[in-house]
Amino acid sequence: MSERKELICVNCPMGCRVTVELERKEVLSVTGNSCPRGREYAIQECIQPMRILTSTVRIEGAGARVLPVITEEAIPLEKMDEAMEEIRNVTVHAPVQIGTVILDNLAGTGVKLTASRSMH
Amino acid sequence: MRKYQAVIIGGGSAGLAAAVTMKQNGIDDILVIEKDREPGGILQQCIHNGFGLQTFKEQLSGPAYAERFIDQAEELGVKILLNTMVTHLSKDRVIEYVNPEEGCVQIQADAVILAVGCYERSRGALAIPGERPAGVFTAGQAQRYLNIEGYLVGKKVFILGSGDIGLIMARRMTLEGAKVYGVAELMPYSNGLPRNIQQCLNDFNIPLYLSHTVTHIYGKDRLERIELSAVDENRKPIPGSEQYFDVDTLLLSVGLIPENHLAEEAGVKLDPRTKGPVVDEDYMTNVEGIFSCGNGLHVHDLVDFVTLQAQRAAAGAVRYLKEGQKTKPSVKAEPGNGIGYVVPAVIHPGEVSGTKEFFFRIKAPVDKAVVKAVCGGRVIRQRNRTKMVPSEMERITLTEKELNELDGDLVIEMEEIL
Repeated sequence: MSERKELICVNCPMGCRVTVELERKEVLSVTGNSCPRGREYAIQECIQPMRILTSTVRIEGAGARVLPVITEEAIPLEKMDEAMEEIRNVTVHAPVQIGTVILDNLAGTGVKLTASRSMH
Repeated sequence: MRKYQAVIIGGGSAGLAAAVTMKQNGIDDILVIEKDREPGGILQQCIHNGFGLQTFKEQLSGPAYAERFIDQAEELGVKILLNTMVTHLSKDRVIEYVNPEEGCVQIQADAVILAVGCYERSRGALAIPGERPAGVFTAGQAQRYLNIEGYLVGKKVFILGSGDIGLIMARRMTLEGAKVYGVAELMPYSNGLPRNIQQCLNDFNIPLYLSHTVTHIYGKDRLERIELSAVDENRKPIPGSEQYFDVDTLLLSVGLIPENHLAEEAGVKLDPRTKGPVVDEDYMTNVEGIFSCGNGLHVHDLVDFVTLQAQRAAAGAVRYLKEGQKTKPSVKAEPGNGIGYVVPAVIHPGEVSGTKEFFFRIKAPVDKAVVKAVCGGRVIRQRNRTKMVPSEMERITLTEKELNELDGDLVIEMEEIL
């Protein structure tokens, strides 16, 4: 018996409604996506949901108290709490350039956390 | 009185894009006026990703998207006045602003671009019964506290309204350690983008209560409890359906309204449907030389469209500065069946240059439909669309030739395919 999963692609604001047909966790078909990234997303979502994480870290020496940060790539959704725990313990010092690596290996995912803006 | 070729009021996504476009088109004597301590506008507090997919073919955070335009404006030598509030605007385009260095100053501009943004509907506008404790915030206010000032406004949270900022704050506060008990939406469908329902609510098992609203607020000094009720098809609370949540924070994400105090003072005509100015295909209002774009024109869900329309408005202002006002009679672009509003709403056939996008929102969700641009019973263009929702802005593009040949009002309408 095959199983159908209705997903919303989160890759872009279009939010395509994607239907995945599965049999014993094997993806048979993906429909409703309007680009190849939607297909990738749907297949990945059935194996392990991955998300970009954005947050802030403390900054000293800038006008603001916090600096926005972003993961360079998506990380497993189940790693979010662990990632936030690491992010909470970081303090950086101004000036910071956009793209500066804040953490090299966030929550053991191998993914970099970078500054998502410059701050002087 | 200092005179400028163009003054842009607001240094957010719309104002920066407009300034860059004007400079690139050879209008050098321009000034951007921004009330905040830095340019970028609301993007600076929207630290989540998803911006710029259409403009840059990348997924940027809000601040990263803003930085691209701030850098461009800087390279082009755009003059930006910070910490400066515009207090008055007249129909002769005399602007009065105030800031700590200069005090109160009057300037005059040949063209004014209003890029003033929007404000959030507050508790007062909803008239939720109950006490008036601390802990009731608009979602954007809580977002600014958290993402710019670094303060989490509460630990036990309920959110009223399923607008995108509310959904994004549900995720953001959850990640920061708060418990979000749920999001209530008065309508039977969500007002946020579908992707945000998935990645902000479903990902974190936050329940969405459709056809529900907050009917009472309890708390002496700080919010202690809210009463949630189901509503009937007339959006009236159903007695006996009450449930209670012991929370210290209620976020309101119940709608954005274009900011138009300056426009109204200058005599700009507003569209009751968008609550922003009525503009023509060049984004000029009914007041000569005053243009409008961004969330001050109509509320957007994608910054890419803000950028695009601001560029159109700037190009319109450049044209106006070089060629003056259009003289031929105008026709209207009107919403027809199933359509809530259309922007721009005025067209000058015979004087249109380049293709123009018409932006609209549908009134209620629809599975499958054909969207048509019609003039006097003649279908000029049509497009099949699936799964349209009011929260997603739609557009239909018409060519210069099609627009210049219009011999009556243009109607954008929708027909459901069953």
